[in-house]
Amino acid sequence: MIPTLIGAAVLIFFLLRLIPGDVCELRMAGTGMYADPEAIKICQHDLGLDKAVYAQFIDFVWGFMQFDLGVSMWTGKSISEEVGLRFELSLQVAIMATLTATFIAIPLGTISAIKQDTWVDYIVRSFSIAGIAMPSFWLGIMIILGLLIITNKITGTPWMPPIEYTPFWVDPWANLSQLIWPAVATGYRYSAVATRMTRSTLLEVLREDYVRTARAKGLYEKLIINRHALKNSLLPVTTVIGIEFAFLMGGLVVTEQVFNLNGLGKLLVESVLNADYTMVQALVMLVAVVFILTNFFIDILYAWLDPRIHYS
Amino acid sequence: MARLKMKTILALTITLALAVWTFGPRSAEAVKRGGILKFVVGSKIPSYDAHLETTFGMIHPIRPFYSLLIRVNPNNPQSPTDFICDVCEGSVPKPTEGGTKYTFKIRKDIWFHNGAKMNAHDVKATYDKIISPPKGIASARKAYYSMVESVTAPDDYTLVFKLKYPSGAVVPALASPFNFIYSKADLKKHGFSWHKKNINGTGAFTFVQHKPGAFVEGKRNAKFHIKGRPYLDGYRAISAPKMSIRKQAIQGDRASIEFRGFPPKACDDLKKALGDKLVVQESDWNCNLMITPNHKRAPFNDVRTRRALTLAVDRWNGSKYLSRIAIVKTVGGIVFPKHPLASTKAELQKIAGYWPDIKKSRAEAKRLLKEAGVDLSKTYIFNNRGVDQPYKVVGTWLLDQWRSVGLNFKQEVKPSPAFYDSLRKKKDWHVSIDFNCQTVINPLLDISKFLSNDVSGSQHAQYKDRELDKMFDQMNREADPAKQRVIMRKFEKRALDEQATQFVTLWWYKINPHRSYVKGWKIAPSHYLNQSLDNVWLDK
Repeated sequence: MIPTLIGAAVLIFFLLRLIPGDVCELRMAGTGMYADPEAIKICQHDLGLDKAVYAQFIDFVWGFMQFDLGVSMWTGKSISEEVGLRFELSLQVAIMATLTATFIAIPLGTISAIKQDTWVDYIVRSFSIAGIAMPSFWLGIMIILGLLIITNKITGTPWMPPIEYTPFWVDPWANLSQLIWPAVATGYRYSAVATRMTRSTLLEVLREDYVRTARAKGLYEKLIINRHALKNSLLPVTTVIGIEFAFLMGGLVVTEQVFNLNGLGKLLVESVLNADYTMVQALVMLVAVVFILTNFFIDILYAWLDPRIHYS
Repeated sequence: MARLKMKTILALTITLALAVWTFGPRSAEAVKRGGILKFVVGSKIPSYDAHLETTFGMIHPIRPFYSLLIRVNPNNPQSPTDFICDVCEGSVPKPTEGGTKYTFKIRKDIWFHNGAKMNAHDVKATYDKIISPPKGIASARKAYYSMVESVTAPDDYTLVFKLKYPSGAVVPALASPFNFIYSKADLKKHGFSWHKKNINGTGAFTFVQHKPGAFVEGKRNAKFHIKGRPYLDGYRAISAPKMSIRKQAIQGDRASIEFRGFPPKACDDLKKALGDKLVVQESDWNCNLMITPNHKRAPFNDVRTRRALTLAVDRWNGSKYLSRIAIVKTVGGIVFPKHPLASTKAELQKIAGYWPDIKKSRAEAKRLLKEAGVDLSKTYIFNNRGVDQPYKVVGTWLLDQWRSVGLNFKQEVKPSPAFYDSLRKKKDWHVSIDFNCQTVINPLLDISKFLSNDVSGSQHAQYKDRELDKMFDQMNREADPAKQRVIMRKFEKRALDEQATQFVTLWWYKINPHRSYVKGWKIAPSHYLNQSLDNVWLDK
């Protein structure tokens, strides 16, 4: 874990410094008005951009070791505060999308494997290939436009999902009416990958000797699938779902923009566009931590799913 | 006889009443109070300190919390010369002492949101911070006030600006929407950086909350100094960086208005979807994209090549086509087209690049390129910003225009930080897009982009032209508008034609579609102006 985080810190810090431009130039001169050179210098001094790169790197690493992520170069607000505001939303969307994907993928993948090479299998496979082929942001745009057009036709007043986030405990209806759509848009693509994985691993397991033995013993097919085959086939599916979950925490860059979700992905894009180095560094490190923790959790889940796996 | 007279009087009265009812001006719509205005903002707030910032992303959500000394008349924002008092009393004062002294009377009924009373010392402290900030404190626009010698407050309700020389640029500069009035006590107690993260103004609305990346919320200031205002109970400025979301938000009534402006196609889509539930306001816009040749790089170090660049561009026809797809429209010179100092069409048509006959213009461009020995087999680099509206649209159009005289460019489209790095520092281009976007129309300062690069601070073509600097100085010290106009024409001719320093493409065109129940707001020629929201109300 520690070498991974150090590697991520070094990479992101120095790669960002290779990108031309800085936040002060953008802030003071970005509107085409007269840009006061003294104001730009003061801004660079205030943000520590006039220090040597190695000194900036030491500041960053030292702060990170003390869990001090610093302040955003664009807003001047604490990064912990800025991230904290968005973390809840991103986490909820990631959980909802994961649930959507799981509820779609495992039953469909299983049916597809059991009914291999029948019309049911073809429909499921077409559905999942469409999900992989269709970018979730495009599906998101289609969902919003569809809602606007359909509601206008039915009620005479166009309706679109809310563009402001309301926490679930404040108003569950408002919360779900905003987040269900991005969860469906991303969950569909995510489910397509997991459906195909479930189908292929289940087909593999169904050809194993122990399944043949179970059938020879005269066990019910349902019992064979549920108890023997499906559980064993879920190991690689769990990995896919876990990695996708970690990706959703910071990688919903375009989908968050499409639905105007104030999440971590949107913050990352805005920070890159604003050359807000400190914020980008913090977000990349956060995503790295989420990936590491998710992988750790998946490893533990492996042991539960497959009793042959033990960690000493 | 008396009865006849009475009948005649009665008949006349009825006729008059009917005539007035039929032809006379309708009384103003009855203002409805209350409601929350929701609007979308496409840019992020850097800090709350307007003296430091330059983006509309801060002005739109934060401006309603503050007052200004004077402001553009919210009922007549299209006029480039109509300014009214905000925290001052009466009308904007006329200068005395040969045009070098402006004495403002400050209102006595203004309170900061923290309950403290505002007076002339607060306004003085504000302008001191803007014009001559302490060492280490940035002020984005202090150079706009180079004509100001001193700001004094002889008593609690009088403020005096003493100028070094008479200047027509001072009043528009004072009306900048960035000149938020701060409390002297706040500056003294909390320091000059406090306003970056804190708000204490005297505006029509008081600050409620700001969720970064999500929204800013304000509520009605019951002690606002304009009686009966604001009409709204509050407002919510919702952050929405994507244009498609801002458009859909208006369509789906998640927001009522967006104050920056939409491209024509988005506006057409909204009109089609909403019909009479939508109102569209349009205006010329005090912004333009410029063609900036690199004077230090051959062949653009030769005035003939630069003249060919502008002669190849068909602005008159381009306006017709581009205005259908982009936020550009008006053909103009260096001065905002509606301003008295701007060129008339006849005057413009005498300048290279504005000739009415494009065939003749392009023939001259080809002749100049040949005379200058420009290698037409080479591909030159054109630096552009990765923003659709209107950069990429105008950039692509320009490439086509230049190809018509044999000049080939490779367009390098870069994200904003890299674009500015190239434009301001690297200079790794032959020609670049640059832009000039201002707030209050103030031609005497707005044209500073054409000055020598060691004077201007925002000129990136890398030239020095002392003649232009001299004319600029003359204009700014000239109080007579007629004489200013004469110098302006010479300045324009030299900058755009004789020396072909940099060129204006087309002026932007602002289109603001909004829900028809939003009343009171009038479009201004800048997206920075008329954002106090005190006169806005909702008819629902």
